[in-house]
Amino acid sequence: MKNLDSYTHVRGESLYVDDVNIRQGTFHAVVFDSPKAHGKIKHIDYSKAEALEGVERILTYKDIPGENEIGGIIADEPLFAEYDVHFWGMPIALIVAESEFIARKARGLIDIDIEELPVITTAKEAKAKGSFINAPRSFSLGNTEKAFADCDYIFEGETFSNGQEHLYIEAQGAYAEPLENGNIKITSSTQGPTAVQATTARVLGLAMHKIEIDVTRLGGGFGGKEDQATPWAVMAALATYHLNQSVKLVLNRHDDLRMTGKRHPYESSYKIGLSKDLKILAYEAEFLQNSGAAADLSPAIAERTLFHATNSYFVPNVTTKVLSCKTNLPPNTAFRGFGGPQGMFVIESAIAKAASEIGVSSKAIQEANLLDENDTFSYGQIAKLVEAKNSWNSAKSLFNSEGLEREIETFNQNNSNFKKGIAFMPICFGISFTNTPMNHARALVHIYLDGSVGVSTAAVEMGQGVNTKMMQIAAQVFSIPIEKIKIETTNTTRVANTSPSAASSTADLNGKATLMACNSLLERLKKVASEDLNVSENEISLQDEFVYINAKKSELSWTELISKTMLKRVALTENAHYATPEIHFDKTKEKGHPFAYHVYGTAITTVTVDCTRGTYEFDSVKIVHDYGKSMSEGIDLGQVEGALIQGIGWMTLEEIAYNDDGKLLSNALSTYKVPDLFSVPKVVETIPLETKGHDLAILKSKAVGEPPLMYGIGAYFALQNAIKAFNPNYNMKFHAPMTAEKVLMGLYEDSK
Amino acid sequence: MITFILNNKTIKTPENSGMTLLDFVRYQQRLTGTKIGCREGDCGACTVLVGTLNTKGILEYQSITSCISPLGNAHGKHIVTVEGTNLNDKLTTAQEAMKSNYATQCGFCTPGFVVALTGFALSNSENNYSTALDAISGNICRCTGYKSIEKAAHQVVEKLENKNTNSINWLIENEFIPQYFETIPQRLKAIEIKDLNQPKGKYISGGTDLYVQQADNLTNNSVHLIAEKDYLKGITIENDICTIGTNTTVSDLWNHSELNNYFPNLKKHLKLVSSEQIRNMASLGGNFVNASPIGDMTIFFLALNSDITITDKDEKERTIALKNFYQDYKTYDLKDGELLKNISFKLPNKSTFFNFEKVCKRTHLDIASVNSAIHILVENEMISEAHIAIGGVAAIPKYLHETSKFLTGKSLTSETILEANDILQNEIAPISDVRGTSDYKRLLARQLFFAHFTEVFPKQFTLKDFIQHA
Repeated sequence: MKNLDSYTHVRGESLYVDDVNIRQGTFHAVVFDSPKAHGKIKHIDYSKAEALEGVERILTYKDIPGENEIGGIIADEPLFAEYDVHFWGMPIALIVAESEFIARKARGLIDIDIEELPVITTAKEAKAKGSFINAPRSFSLGNTEKAFADCDYIFEGETFSNGQEHLYIEAQGAYAEPLENGNIKITSSTQGPTAVQATTARVLGLAMHKIEIDVTRLGGGFGGKEDQATPWAVMAALATYHLNQSVKLVLNRHDDLRMTGKRHPYESSYKIGLSKDLKILAYEAEFLQNSGAAADLSPAIAERTLFHATNSYFVPNVTTKVLSCKTNLPPNTAFRGFGGPQGMFVIESAIAKAASEIGVSSKAIQEANLLDENDTFSYGQIAKLVEAKNSWNSAKSLFNSEGLEREIETFNQNNSNFKKGIAFMPICFGISFTNTPMNHARALVHIYLDGSVGVSTAAVEMGQGVNTKMMQIAAQVFSIPIEKIKIETTNTTRVANTSPSAASSTADLNGKATLMACNSLLERLKKVASEDLNVSENEISLQDEFVYINAKKSELSWTELISKTMLKRVALTENAHYATPEIHFDKTKEKGHPFAYHVYGTAITTVTVDCTRGTYEFDSVKIVHDYGKSMSEGIDLGQVEGALIQGIGWMTLEEIAYNDDGKLLSNALSTYKVPDLFSVPKVVETIPLETKGHDLAILKSKAVGEPPLMYGIGAYFALQNAIKAFNPNYNMKFHAPMTAEKVLMGLYEDSK
Repeated sequence: MITFILNNKTIKTPENSGMTLLDFVRYQQRLTGTKIGCREGDCGACTVLVGTLNTKGILEYQSITSCISPLGNAHGKHIVTVEGTNLNDKLTTAQEAMKSNYATQCGFCTPGFVVALTGFALSNSENNYSTALDAISGNICRCTGYKSIEKAAHQVVEKLENKNTNSINWLIENEFIPQYFETIPQRLKAIEIKDLNQPKGKYISGGTDLYVQQADNLTNNSVHLIAEKDYLKGITIENDICTIGTNTTVSDLWNHSELNNYFPNLKKHLKLVSSEQIRNMASLGGNFVNASPIGDMTIFFLALNSDITITDKDEKERTIALKNFYQDYKTYDLKDGELLKNISFKLPNKSTFFNFEKVCKRTHLDIASVNSAIHILVENEMISEAHIAIGGVAAIPKYLHETSKFLTGKSLTSETILEANDILQNEIAPISDVRGTSDYKRLLARQLFFAHFTEVFPKQFTLKDFIQHA
């Protein structure tokens, strides 16, 4: 099943926000943002900008009829700064003009005077100053204090993982249009249409039903448009509210990079205790999350760091704590993995450190501690249908890992200018929104008079192929060709009160709802057919656009059946609601069963380092991945490969840099580098793990969006091992990303 | 009036020639398949093809990033966007390759890849997997991880296997391009191309740097386009001297067979310079006057000990050594109204060796942390002449006077090279910035200096010879 959208994609005919046909009289907007990271606004002079020909209006917080508040979890984030600014790039005003060009020119004419205040850019600094978003969270299992006393080995250390820019190729944007009676329609590039709707209503002081959000598709999201697509849509709507004209606001790349948050940088410390036979008996970690200047989704992301702090290992005694540290960076936000990768990097670092000190391979420790059936996670959930050892052992045997390790050893013995490194990376990732109430979705399915079908859900298509999966479900239930099915835009008037397309759960939640709606319609159609053909309902089935009686084709076609159903005045529309069963979590005890299921897998990464130049190439990443029973192998493989490369990018190339004043230095594609065609591993081989799948996954096809990102963590440790092969004095470092600079410095450092 | 053919339609527009081609096709012509990703030539989402009639009357196509290309440079050309490649009701071969290999996810970068692959099919490049990848190396995809796109490129190469010389007709028959392409050469010839009436203004050749820095200014103000000026073009070789017009693009060097004979690693070196789309536009003169301390081509030609010829508005010429051209950060010896006309250098003979090194965060399509080039003449184990240039370690692209002088007349031994490195380290003064700390750049400068010798004299030196004592 090819991606449903690919036909229009390759022809350049797919529509994104900036491609929407705009109405006559449309205004264009540009955001004026803070040129300082922290301070009091003393004075702003808009007069020269306002006087520029073509400038229609400049809107500030004073023009907000409702609340100047866009915080999703905690109400701590204004749409426009009022008296203070808290990060470089914080929106202060919206310039509305006849063209984007004029608006941008006007922006250069605004004078602002800011009294600067001390700037915090790192989490550690924030912690020292007591600057936090909310109260810390802590998970615990067993008794680490007691367990450490019984350990043969104890190691402590610190790690750092940097942020990551989403770099969706389509920048943030929205288009607002006035409807009658003061209603507003917004075309938004958002993963969370309801968040946009609710926030717009709050800021404009209107009821939600007056605001309609429509999303055709996103040119990439990766979490960056879960919460942070909202402000631009709200601003466009605010201008439409005042001017009663359509307003388009699409950020240019520099504005997008400067104004939006990224994956959270983490500064963490760990203590790991092991027995002689390499069992991890106790693990403690403190995670300092650099949350930025407002909460955004940070508390939820911090929580997921704790959920994944022990990756796919069973550790009987665990104490973890996370502090969301408030700094003067743009509010950091969701990014594929949602805090999970940051937690996993720390335990992998702890294992690497322990292995290096004990004198064994990391692999030996990893292998000795893999999760088993009925093991308990630190949050109380009992692990079921565990595939940790299965995926690990399959990877070892399918890819002949021992042969691979021998090859590398031989290579390193025979080469002095180049060294190779290898690393294993097992993953375990929980599927569900950890905030249990968010795990629901709806589907609205119409069968039209001619037998064609329209499906609306809460799912937002952003390249992950969710529309194709929805179509497959409808096509399978009705047994009609996909040409007869249309997946509609995601629109709040058809499917309301939606959770964002996030947490890898979109296909599960919306797919289950679609399945329910289609099955209800099918039952109705069967009843009509049974009456028409005068047989019992349980003898009826639908196959290839015909009604079958006891597996024998009848004369009654799909389209005739639909006409008959209509004539009988039976509803051809169904709305279904799905809420994930079984899951629950008690935040007061920090225990429960938050995940519908877990996804497992193992990756083996090999790298070659050029010891002259400090550059490197990944030779291969070989993966055994737990898809369950994949309902679309091509699409799911695309998710694994794309996530892997994004993970490798985070661990190696991609380096966010702010200066001490809080100004973003990696502020363009010339200074922020994501993987290109030549920097990806030469070979990526992915083999599906043989499993039964999971009943809570749609058609037993497990969620696949986020988990494979964490295979990329293996890249970091493969590089460490290659450096060590060249420079025996090299002191292992756990400070990601591992750029060419750090590699070269490591190759030639002389510590120890 | 700027006159050109856009897909299958002849355009005559009074628009400002400094407007970007991207804005014109997207917002004036509503061809929205050409996407905006970065507006600085770094993502390839806005890739279009430019067809130019060569002197033999044959149409040659190249891919460019339309976001940093002035509209005026389209004058007299055939511009092809993704819409211009579409067939009625079916996919082209390149499109089908992308679709069937799952090489498109969110779809936003996809038209850029499709156009670049179509450009590859239309080009005279050798048909193999490696050149196909070169053709799409300027396109960034954030979704797929590229492995599926590699498969699509493979499929395109396979489909092109039997491409014959009459390529336009063959490509039409094999559904790479639509039928109307066969009419383009005649139609381009039929358009009476008058020189654009150009106002005074900022000189722009390819625009690959200026449009990154100041697109808004250029859109609004007068620009003076020079990319089509014949007197700034051409590569000539006479009496061992090579003279290259400053309008010459990096791709022109890449495609020049004689230069490739003199510099056997030329393509390998130029591949490090930028993506194919940028190489197709970026002029040598632009790289020189950009005066970036890490300008790749500047470093390249500094090591060749080149001279540049400068012309003024009265066509009075003067010639100076490139190494004396740069004075301080982004300041150089060029007066108002003067233009770089050409660059000349002595071609290597069998005793001279040339090497170029560049290390950046990302090996390709990135700006160097440090780059360096060496041109060295060795006779009977003695260095009779040496020229070394290094970028990223000073305010200007640096010709290493002292180090070069030191090496001249010395015997080619690891001791000499180690000693030369000490001098090199005294000649440079790197600063810490987004491309690396000063410590790193110092170390990297040393390593690239060593790399020159291990690359050029692999039988004589290995890395070990240097670093055990360094």
